[in-house]
Amino acid sequence: MNDITNTPRTLPRTSATFDDYTLSEIRRAAATGIYDIRGAGAKRKVPHFDDLLFLGASMSRYPLEGYRERCDTSVVLGTRFAKKPIELKIPVTIAGMSFGSLSANAKEALGRGASAMGTSTTTGDGGMTQEERGHSKTLVYQYLPSRYGMNPDDLRKADAIEVVVGQGAKPGGGGMLLGQKITDRVAKMRTLPPGIDQRSACRHPDWTGPDDLEIKIGELREITDWEKPIYVKVGAARPYYDTALAVKSGADVVVVDGMQGGTAATQDVFIEHVGIPTLAAVRQAVKALQDLGMHRKVQLIVSGGIRNGADVAKALALGADAVAIGTAALVALGDNDPRYAAEYEALGTKPGAYDDWHEGRDPAGITTQDPALMARLDPVAAGRRLANYLAVLTLECQTIARACGKSHVHNLEPDDLVALTIEAAAMANVPLAGTSWIPGVNGNF
Amino acid sequence: MSAGTNLAMKSLGSDDARIVDLSTSTLRELNGALHALNATNETLWRVLNPRGLHAIAAGVDAPVTIEIDGHVGYYCGGMNKQARIVVNGNAGVGVAENMMSGSVHVTGDASQAAGATGNGGLLVIDGNASARCGISMKGIDIVVKGSVGHMSAFMAQAGSLVVLGDAGEALGDSLYEAKLFVRGSVASLGADCIEKEMRDEHRALLAAKLEAAGLAGEVDLGEFRRYGSARTLYHFHVDNVSSY
Repeated sequence: MNDITNTPRTLPRTSATFDDYTLSEIRRAAATGIYDIRGAGAKRKVPHFDDLLFLGASMSRYPLEGYRERCDTSVVLGTRFAKKPIELKIPVTIAGMSFGSLSANAKEALGRGASAMGTSTTTGDGGMTQEERGHSKTLVYQYLPSRYGMNPDDLRKADAIEVVVGQGAKPGGGGMLLGQKITDRVAKMRTLPPGIDQRSACRHPDWTGPDDLEIKIGELREITDWEKPIYVKVGAARPYYDTALAVKSGADVVVVDGMQGGTAATQDVFIEHVGIPTLAAVRQAVKALQDLGMHRKVQLIVSGGIRNGADVAKALALGADAVAIGTAALVALGDNDPRYAAEYEALGTKPGAYDDWHEGRDPAGITTQDPALMARLDPVAAGRRLANYLAVLTLECQTIARACGKSHVHNLEPDDLVALTIEAAAMANVPLAGTSWIPGVNGNF
Repeated sequence: MSAGTNLAMKSLGSDDARIVDLSTSTLRELNGALHALNATNETLWRVLNPRGLHAIAAGVDAPVTIEIDGHVGYYCGGMNKQARIVVNGNAGVGVAENMMSGSVHVTGDASQAAGATGNGGLLVIDGNASARCGISMKGIDIVVKGSVGHMSAFMAQAGSLVVLGDAGEALGDSLYEAKLFVRGSVASLGADCIEKEMRDEHRALLAAKLEAAGLAGEVDLGEFRRYGSARTLYHFHVDNVSSY
């Protein structure tokens, strides 16, 4: 009989397939019988802008002086049909986020921060609040399937209209706002009973497909006397065709939102398994515009996982006209701040991981309608933080553009980029670093 | 009057209709002129040769009457405020979509999504309405003298839908607080939509809507049945999963 204490044993081994997170989710599902609902975007690791590098200047290119030579950042959106295109000072906009999912203070802070930096904010599923209009110099009004709060007066007050077909976190999914956040004011704006779980429609009620959308956009232009730029926002799924069809439908601007783009609430399985990464979408969208001869005529806004000025510069170099940020803007306001670590722990999570935005218990006072929690967010101070962050994104983007010898950030181009991985090289359509190989384009090393 | 200089129309005097012929004027000229109305004496407009054009009289915000002689395309009277719009013909998809106030009267049939997402006002359809009539309605009143197609009042939030004929499959699916009255048969009810007792206040409401549609005394209230939300899906529960 062997002496068990002296027999060498292997270490306990957990499964790579059934890892701790997976096991915890199986147990949660077994206990509750309902899928996991959460906020934010895809958390899995996907090919991203980190997999790209700029080459900078060298023998064949000369750089611009960092503190002396100008590098412009302005962007004009809506030049195709709108009588009143909007001009932003920086190529970073604030993505659509609703009052309801966010507190009134958070919406005000977004407006303050964006306006200070000369860029736009965007409404969300739930209509336009006076606070938001008042604090956002340039406001994009979303036209969503639910049409909550939709009315012609707000449509005319907007600086641009964004027809939302989908979003990156859930292409094919509708909005979700659970009862905890349906306060009397939110309910009134949405014409719903207070306190009910609200699931907004996943497709528009009065049009289906690009031929109808063209007619719908025509109606919106008629109602607003052809003044407003009209965006079409799609979740990154089939970006080449979606972009082409948005152009066909008469969009002034196309917004493509990758799977890392956040949502206020949806099923985790939707967020992690439907749609494609931002990196994989940009070049497809740009190619559609180029094939139609519409690149720079119809502007492209890219969103989903933009975190720093390098991400901005890379998106622009791949052909976008601007980017939009959502999650990063919330973090700049104070979302997931470590100073609330104890409270996050009490909610069963930790700073950086808190994503139960639908529950309305956000210690940072951002994704909540609870008056006491909301009061924690000072909209002036939070707006200043957002402005600072936007300034850094812009400065970083300019730093890279100057290093590549560009006097406008829009002059960045795919030739300035290489990829660190074969996957990123294929998706971004740029060479693998140290080679001239673009997978799918040529076979040369 | 601040209509475009190219607007080929004639004013027949302050008491007469302002006539816009869409075979010689553009849609933009018509809508631009209608949007420019504020305090106006031109309270009666007649639109000729609409030829199925889309977005005719969309976005009007003035207490005027607009009579359209012929068939209209999509979104006629879209987002209307205050105006009384009469379509002497059939209407395409989304007639009176997102109406805020005023009225739209279609003397013929209406296509899909009639009155979609409407917040207020009255939509009267003398003929039939196709699928999704009153989808996501938010306070509009809709009276259909004929029948409505499938998925009518889908996710309807507020307001009332009165159908003198029959309703197609899945009436009132995922209904919120809108009130539905149907005189004829209902092919089937959608998820969470049930027949409800017709009490005095409902008869009074129905009578008021019928009167507004010019049908006072012409229809027996007792022939209608009322449908509304069972409210069982207002809070997600795993036991209801088969309803979705």
